[in-house]
Amino acid sequence: MGNLPYDVAHLLGTSVLVLSFGLLFQRRILGVLNIFGVQAGFLAAAAAWQAHIQHAPHLYITAAIALVFKAIVIPLALRRIVFRLRIHRTVETVLGVGPTMIAGVGLVGLSVILVLPLTHQSVALTRDDLALALSIVLLGLLMMITRRNAVTQVVGFMSLENGLILAAVGVAGMPLVVEMSVAFSVMVAFIIFGIFFFHIRDRFDTLDLQSLESFRGERS
Amino acid sequence: MQDLNPVYFVLGSPLLAAAVLALIPGRWQIQASRLNALAALATLGAGCSLFAIRPRPTNFIFIDDFNIYLVVLTAFVGFTTSVFSASYIRHELETGRLDGAKLRFYHAMYQAFLFTMLLALVANNLGVMWVAVEGATLTTALMISLYRTREAIEAAWKYFILCGVGIALALFGTILMYLAAQPVMGSGLEAMAWASIIGHVGAFDPAILNLAFVFLLVGYGTKVGLAPLHAWLPDAHAEGPTPISAVLSGLLLNVALYAVLRFKMLLAGNSGALAPGPLMITMGLSSLLLASFMLYRRRDIKRLFAYSSIEHMGIITFAFGLGGPLANFAGLLHMTMHSLAKSGIFFAVGHIAQVKDTQKIADIRGLTTGHPALGWGFLIAVVAIAGLPPFGIFMSEFLVATSTIAHQPWLALPLVIGLLVSFGALILRLQGMAFGAPSPQPHKPVSASLVPLWAHLSLVLLAGLHLPAALVQWFQSVARILG
Repeated sequence: MGNLPYDVAHLLGTSVLVLSFGLLFQRRILGVLNIFGVQAGFLAAAAAWQAHIQHAPHLYITAAIALVFKAIVIPLALRRIVFRLRIHRTVETVLGVGPTMIAGVGLVGLSVILVLPLTHQSVALTRDDLALALSIVLLGLLMMITRRNAVTQVVGFMSLENGLILAAVGVAGMPLVVEMSVAFSVMVAFIIFGIFFFHIRDRFDTLDLQSLESFRGERS
Repeated sequence: MQDLNPVYFVLGSPLLAAAVLALIPGRWQIQASRLNALAALATLGAGCSLFAIRPRPTNFIFIDDFNIYLVVLTAFVGFTTSVFSASYIRHELETGRLDGAKLRFYHAMYQAFLFTMLLALVANNLGVMWVAVEGATLTTALMISLYRTREAIEAAWKYFILCGVGIALALFGTILMYLAAQPVMGSGLEAMAWASIIGHVGAFDPAILNLAFVFLLVGYGTKVGLAPLHAWLPDAHAEGPTPISAVLSGLLLNVALYAVLRFKMLLAGNSGALAPGPLMITMGLSSLLLASFMLYRRRDIKRLFAYSSIEHMGIITFAFGLGGPLANFAGLLHMTMHSLAKSGIFFAVGHIAQVKDTQKIADIRGLTTGHPALGWGFLIAVVAIAGLPPFGIFMSEFLVATSTIAHQPWLALPLVIGLLVSFGALILRLQGMAFGAPSPQPHKPVSASLVPLWAHLSLVLLAGLHLPAALVQWFQSVARILG
């Protein structure tokens, strides 16, 4: 194909995907936060690039939200929470890196198999973007499943959301992308606010969700 | 007449009320609870006016036979719940379980929640619908954590995470739906408006539609509480304030199911797309069976009825999955009856938990002797939800079963087993709670207002005895749209 818009969009989308693997690989909480910030930065670049090639100025707003809110504010806020709760040295071992990576590669393969044959009518750019986005969504889910800590679960949720935004900006002329990304950001903000203020710290001493689940289901 | 669009009143009244209630200081919360009920009544009035003036659809909002009925049902249950909430709140203030600041937040969130549900119902734009359902998730999660107990926060967290993932998957489905629409209808708002899409859906690429529907079913299905995505539902019902349990079961589950049905209708318009029926039948039946067996081991009264909600949502999803005029009719009727009966039960349960000061089933005994009005009201409501004649739920379950036997006789077997098993569980638990010697707790006087409970029960009874011809016609026309 060899045209610039396609190549750059592809490069940026793939970078977001690679960083999703980075999130799965990283086991130190601060490392996870750093990688997430970089991922959000690449997402912002991808959104801005789409705004440029689609001549859709409103996508610049999405890019700005991703850059300011997700790449800077949220990682900093989470970093503060992590230090405040003294879990910055925590190393999570839920599932080994090897099995997680294999599962991740399997999920990417699955989404490529699922999406590519479907969208033969659409332009190549949309198609590849969609496959990448679905991979990122599935990897985000995998991260949420394999992590026990509340902070890393939230990061998994946000990386899942990064995949959704990538899909939304990749589809030509989709209306309301900005509104949706704002709605999502509000939700994420409340979740983080919840960790910080809704006594999860006070009540549980630790953010390890295993201690949260002691109660699960029934009161005896 | 465009500027007199009554939909704006339906949406504006709760939104305005939310803003006003957020400003009322904590010491006036008793008055605020009355204002809450008044605002809900105004919303109900605006909802009923939609019958008289049917607004023209815009790219964002539209009204048809299907959603007008749900708008009125939502506004009605929203109103009765706010009346119940006023008496519930007074007790919580007196016992000090909630304070003014929390109640201020609660009242504002209650109206905001009504707004998001109504917006999801009247939305024409699929993106707006998604944003509204997401907003409903946010507001209810905040209300569930209101008591700030360890369990309440765990329930809210679980709800946030599970429904957050569900909502995210639904967004992916919405994006795919637009991707399917865009080559046919061009870019722009038209291609996201349901009422326009339904006219062109035949030309869409069926493969993308299929993928979109799977994501939407799983996404919104999480909010319906369909097995195996139901894990959030019992916790959320048990730990939040009881008025919220009532609107969660009675309204929010319906709204989520409404979203699924809208997309089912889109799929039905495309001959190449997969038939959504079998998927919905499978999820519905598995929810029904799972919940009916789970009912036996519940020890918490609110959890018991939360599982019963999963069971009934399973039946409704099953009925719509079956399709055809009769099954759709039964599904619509069951949706209405379940909303009324289940929120009525939560009204009773809220007061029971207050007088007995516990939610443990084992500690609740002899309600009919200790508190006759409350006890008998509760008994009748449980008999209604268990599906005994002469109540409306018996009729709708009977219709579901007969249409199953007519179309898919083999599916009737698991359906009837599920119905019987859950019937047995509810009656078993009911016996212990309603009869026998009253449990020895100090009997606190109830300042309960039982009017909302009786109002709901009489409607359910009336529907069971005689459905007005106009309503039957109405349901039939909606059942035809549903295909």
